[in-house]
Amino acid sequence: MKLRVTPRNVFVVALLAMLVLLPVYSSVTGNTFMVTLFTRIIILAIAAVSLNLIMGFGGMVSFGHAAYLGIGGYVVGILAKEGISSGFIQWPLALVISGLFALGVGALSLRTRGVYFIMITLAFAQMVYYVANGLDRYGGDDGLTIQRRSDFGGLIDLSNRTVFYYLCLALLLATVYLVWRLINSRFGLVIQGARSNERRMRAIGFPTFRYKLTCFVIAGVLCGLAGVLLANHTNFISPALMHWTRSGDLIVMAVLGGMGTVIGPVIGAVALLVLEETLPHMIGFVSRVVTGQEVAAAKEYWQLILGPMLLLIVIYARGGIEGLISGRRRG
Amino acid sequence: MRGGCDNTVFYLIEQCLNGIQLGMLLFLLAAGLTLIFGIMDLVNLAHGSLYMLGAYFAATFVAATDSFVAGLALGLVATLVAGMVLEVIAIRPLYGRDHLDHVLGTFGLLIFFNELVRLIWGPAGLTIPLPSQMLTAVQVLPGVYYPLYRLVIILATFAVALLLYLLVMRTRIGMLIRAGASNREMVGALGINIKLLYTLVFGLGAALAGFAGMMQAPLAFVQIGMGENILILAFVVIIIGGIGSIRGAFVAAVIVGLIDTMGRVFLPDLVRTFLSYSAGSSAGPALSSMLIYTLMALVLIFRPEGLFPASSK
Repeated sequence: MKLRVTPRNVFVVALLAMLVLLPVYSSVTGNTFMVTLFTRIIILAIAAVSLNLIMGFGGMVSFGHAAYLGIGGYVVGILAKEGISSGFIQWPLALVISGLFALGVGALSLRTRGVYFIMITLAFAQMVYYVANGLDRYGGDDGLTIQRRSDFGGLIDLSNRTVFYYLCLALLLATVYLVWRLINSRFGLVIQGARSNERRMRAIGFPTFRYKLTCFVIAGVLCGLAGVLLANHTNFISPALMHWTRSGDLIVMAVLGGMGTVIGPVIGAVALLVLEETLPHMIGFVSRVVTGQEVAAAKEYWQLILGPMLLLIVIYARGGIEGLISGRRRG
Repeated sequence: MRGGCDNTVFYLIEQCLNGIQLGMLLFLLAAGLTLIFGIMDLVNLAHGSLYMLGAYFAATFVAATDSFVAGLALGLVATLVAGMVLEVIAIRPLYGRDHLDHVLGTFGLLIFFNELVRLIWGPAGLTIPLPSQMLTAVQVLPGVYYPLYRLVIILATFAVALLLYLLVMRTRIGMLIRAGASNREMVGALGINIKLLYTLVFGLGAALAGFAGMMQAPLAFVQIGMGENILILAFVVIIIGGIGSIRGAFVAAVIVGLIDTMGRVFLPDLVRTFLSYSAGSSAGPALSSMLIYTLMALVLIFRPEGLFPASSK
């Protein structure tokens, strides 16, 4: 595959370069907040890429994807609380449990389609949410502070901010590469075929259910990984990790960035979370220019702008940011 | 456990009534959702926002007019108008899009409304004080006393359900609504103003949701995001009942209301008999919520179309 110079490719390369160089910038300026913010963005981008694998390419709109963030996070948190802080135990266990949960949810919910699928995935996520609320020993609805991050012996030190940032970035790139390889493989073509015409795929002999279920489990495991990273990043877990509005946020990231491509959700995650950070300042600036004085209250209401923006994107820019740059619409 | 056998029975009856009361509220929300889904094929996550708006409007008007009934009536009209305006401005472009677009667009509206309410009414919640004559308990059965206002909720929502049934089954508008649900293009081709019909149906759904919000408000707190969790329950109701079916929504709402209430009340005791006391208190609500979602999963597995699938689609 030859890489051509198009506005879209230039944009993606610039984004990647920015992500790679960010810790350098922040160590020069001493601005550690940027690294913390972007670690979070990168982790949620992993979750959004995994959601996009089933939603964008498989046509399976899961409204319960945040459940895996929660499962990954809670496995780390619960093990840490019980005194097992070795990452060699925590991480594989978290991924296995995320995968098993996805297997169960997928096996049941893939029998349905359309709005029923949206709602049943939501229902399972709500179940996990309420279970976490009921876990009194692990903080109930207050959540649980994790005393120390996953311990990988002398191999890698997660409590170093820069090391953790680059680990997350490497895992994001690995996830993007994996998903890209997947959707261009025979497996991925079957998944995409099933999205556009499942009956036809079955008629030519593909057991689409098994393919879709496998895809669903892979996405669950990848999002579980994001949950593991998120728990290590914030040193804190709570049921809010998997509130249904969090699943909504993940969908927003995927669609905002553009569902047609693997890299789209990464752009969406960066755009949404940077917007979250900067919109208050932008509103503050505009209101200062308009009224000529500091309007503190105006900054608080940035979501008044974000909400209608989502609606406008749905109505007018269905290809998302990625589609706007490359001049392509979602098909 | 609770002194004699009689008390246990009375307690059971009281909790049954609580369950039915929750069920009726859920029905008001679910009826609007299922109408909007059945006719416009629209997944509306902003429905919970209309529930919230109804409660805020009512709280404002009750405070302004100093009359509970007048406040509720004005609040109802305001919610109806808000719903119709919302439909014209923001919902119309979403018709005919896929469900993902609906989820995303109305999710944006939900964020917008939460913030708008915070801007207008402030971050602190409001309350709707009950008129003093509502604060008594009435004897529903010999020896069983039940708060009057909760009884009023049950009766009022039941009356609304009946009116809705009559509206849909016995009037010309209702005929058009049913026709729109089974074949949109044909209704349009027959010269019916389908846009206006959609706006009316959305307004009706908004008013039902707002009514549920304002009826529930005196028992709880009027606050931002109050419609979000109950919205998910209402979605569960319409999935169990069968999307597009008002009758199914009614039956499923009562089932879900009863399971939720009974689960919250009796599961903790059950857990306590097996585990410790504190385990029961914390696990009870979690278990009863899980019970509802398990029921929904079972329904979807064995009857994917719901208990009462809408006959024509």
